[in-house]
Amino acid sequence: MFILKNILGTKCLSNEAITTILDTADSFKEISTRPIKKVPALRGKTIINLFFEPSTRTRTSFEIAGKRLSADVINISGPSSSSVKGENLIDTALNLEAMHPDIMVVRHALSGASEMISQHVKCPIINAGDGFHEHPTQALLDLHTIREAKGSLEGLNITIVGDIAHSRVVRSNIYAMKTMGMNVKLIGPPTMIPQGIDKMGVSVGYDFEGVIHDTDVIMMLRLQKERQSRYLLSSIREYSNLYCLTSKILEKAKDDVLIFHPGPVNRGIEISPDIMRSKRSLILTQVTNGVAVRMALMYLLLGGKNDTSN
Amino acid sequence: MTLVIKNGRVIDPVNSLDEPKDILVHKGMIKAIESPGSISFDAGEKPSVIDAKGCVVCPGLIDMHVHFREPGFEYKETITSGCQSAAAGGFTSVAVMPNTNPVNDTRAVTEHILALARTEGIINVYPIAAITQKLEGERLSEMADLKNAGAIAFSDDGRPVMNNELMRRAFEYSKMFELPLIQHSEMLDLTEGGCMNEGMVSTELGLKGMPAEAEDIMVYRDIALLEKTGGRLHVAHISSKNSVDLVRQAKSKGLPVTCEVAPHHFTLTDEAVRGYDTNTKMSPPLRAIEDVEAIKEGLRDGTIDIIATDHAPHDITDKQVEYQNACFGIVGLETALPLSLKLVDEKILSMGDVIKKLTSTPADIFNLKAGNLSLGNEADILIFNPSLEYCIDISKFHSKSKNSPFDGWKVKGKVLHTLVKGINCLLSK
Repeated sequence: MFILKNILGTKCLSNEAITTILDTADSFKEISTRPIKKVPALRGKTIINLFFEPSTRTRTSFEIAGKRLSADVINISGPSSSSVKGENLIDTALNLEAMHPDIMVVRHALSGASEMISQHVKCPIINAGDGFHEHPTQALLDLHTIREAKGSLEGLNITIVGDIAHSRVVRSNIYAMKTMGMNVKLIGPPTMIPQGIDKMGVSVGYDFEGVIHDTDVIMMLRLQKERQSRYLLSSIREYSNLYCLTSKILEKAKDDVLIFHPGPVNRGIEISPDIMRSKRSLILTQVTNGVAVRMALMYLLLGGKNDTSN
Repeated sequence: MTLVIKNGRVIDPVNSLDEPKDILVHKGMIKAIESPGSISFDAGEKPSVIDAKGCVVCPGLIDMHVHFREPGFEYKETITSGCQSAAAGGFTSVAVMPNTNPVNDTRAVTEHILALARTEGIINVYPIAAITQKLEGERLSEMADLKNAGAIAFSDDGRPVMNNELMRRAFEYSKMFELPLIQHSEMLDLTEGGCMNEGMVSTELGLKGMPAEAEDIMVYRDIALLEKTGGRLHVAHISSKNSVDLVRQAKSKGLPVTCEVAPHHFTLTDEAVRGYDTNTKMSPPLRAIEDVEAIKEGLRDGTIDIIATDHAPHDITDKQVEYQNACFGIVGLETALPLSLKLVDEKILSMGDVIKKLTSTPADIFNLKAGNLSLGNEADILIFNPSLEYCIDISKFHSKSKNSPFDGWKVKGKVLHTLVKGINCLLSK
């Protein structure tokens, strides 16, 4: 029984809920390999992708997910600043709700925007990333990809490397991975490790090479190059010397270690190009599974209201 | 024009009074304070009577830190609506901050505010003028002229004086006028882009933090400068543990430093930000539990001199936006008394101490002729029922703005009469 109204984050998702989502995604994955990639599960449903922050891959992934389930998907690029047209976030959401969408998918550059919208509208909200807060669908597709490759999640060690402070992917992954019984290590320069994150049940360190030997999954994060201007970095060169995943570092890792990156990758800064193409890299599998996971979420959120479809 | 307030528990810290008394008010002045039933009248004289049985009768409250937004931002608050809000909260005197438009940095603006207050305000309004012209932190304001026009203190509230040399000179220059400088202590380069206290909660919520050290460093700097130059420092809305310690140390050295705390800083922690209610966004931000405990200890041991609201009205259009884009600040006048009375229930302060920090101590620090019930004074009197429970309802606020995180809170301490010069100025709503 799936009773969640919104998917705002992974913090409030139980082990059972996550398992249901991943199992459902498993069954949907095959649809994308058919010659006719469409099922009628959400026919007659309207899904609005409300993107206040520019995005290509996440928006496309949601759009394809909705269309493969036969929903009508509308993409809207909201103003990136609420004051642009004198209409605020809530006004925009209420206007769209007045047209009776069945799901709104919201992405915003500022933390809390999706939650704020969910407090004012009745239709389900899927958070497609809000500021540095959460990006639950990314974490779920990561879990899906790990489970698919390793068979189960319980007891696995993951090392997440890079700009922890400015990553919504990290926060969503910490909650979801802890819930699923994984051990999470965070690695990055101390300027990019936010205050108090150790209280979230993770271990924190600065030395990439020192922790890699027992890790099952390495997740590299994207470095926003503009962070240098806020004194967080000396240079991209030094960052890369310390935290780029190279074949030299990888020699110290387990043979079956998996390599993840939420994309888009700064080649040669976070991961050296040869490793990106190696069979241990599941970066493109993550993208493929993203569609299945998003299909599963849309289906589950509208399930029960839609007994006659399917 | 004669009024008797009967059977109340009269609390007047200045006159060491805390017992049942009757108060006689005649022509707006306090004429007599006698044992219950012992005030007599000439035959034919028919005074009006307030039966204050079960109530506290004390000097009208004084709030040394409010923003009434006029001139310039009348859609948020005006002197008229601000005064009504103050009266509803039991305040008979307030000091208004200078971050209006135009800024209160010249005699003309100070006089304008006082003229508006005289004609439209129902309580006493004291202007605080800017330390620097246009709050730009570059040139000192004309402090002599401003004092003569009626300014009672100087502050660049909200735009802390960052330049060390300028702050030193401001202390020196202000010595001529014997008026305090009020600092909103915040090193802006440490809080740029921040919108809540830095800590575990900001990390979880993905909001940029404002570290407590931003406050501590400026409090320390100002104390260090003051020790050299003389003058007077009043630290606005103190919120961090280390800042309380710094003020405590400065006081033990005998330096002329005072400070205030806002009710939300002893009532809420940064946990309240979960859920992204923009009515929890203020500067300084809601801090951690350790800070709140240190604030309470500071109130208890006298390090924190007074309670002031930082009443900061914002229209819903400035609050119903993304957390990071929302304006800082909440309205405070209509919730200050019940929130402060919680300190009595928690045994942090006695009833008399709470009243002192809201009446006579602010009057002392800012040299106001208010805050006590001495015979012959203007009858600025608050009558409230300390045990009457009610729910805070923002829709009933007299303030133009409703930005409060305390909507729906069940509290004790209901204002029944706010008398200014003997006249009840509490509007019904």
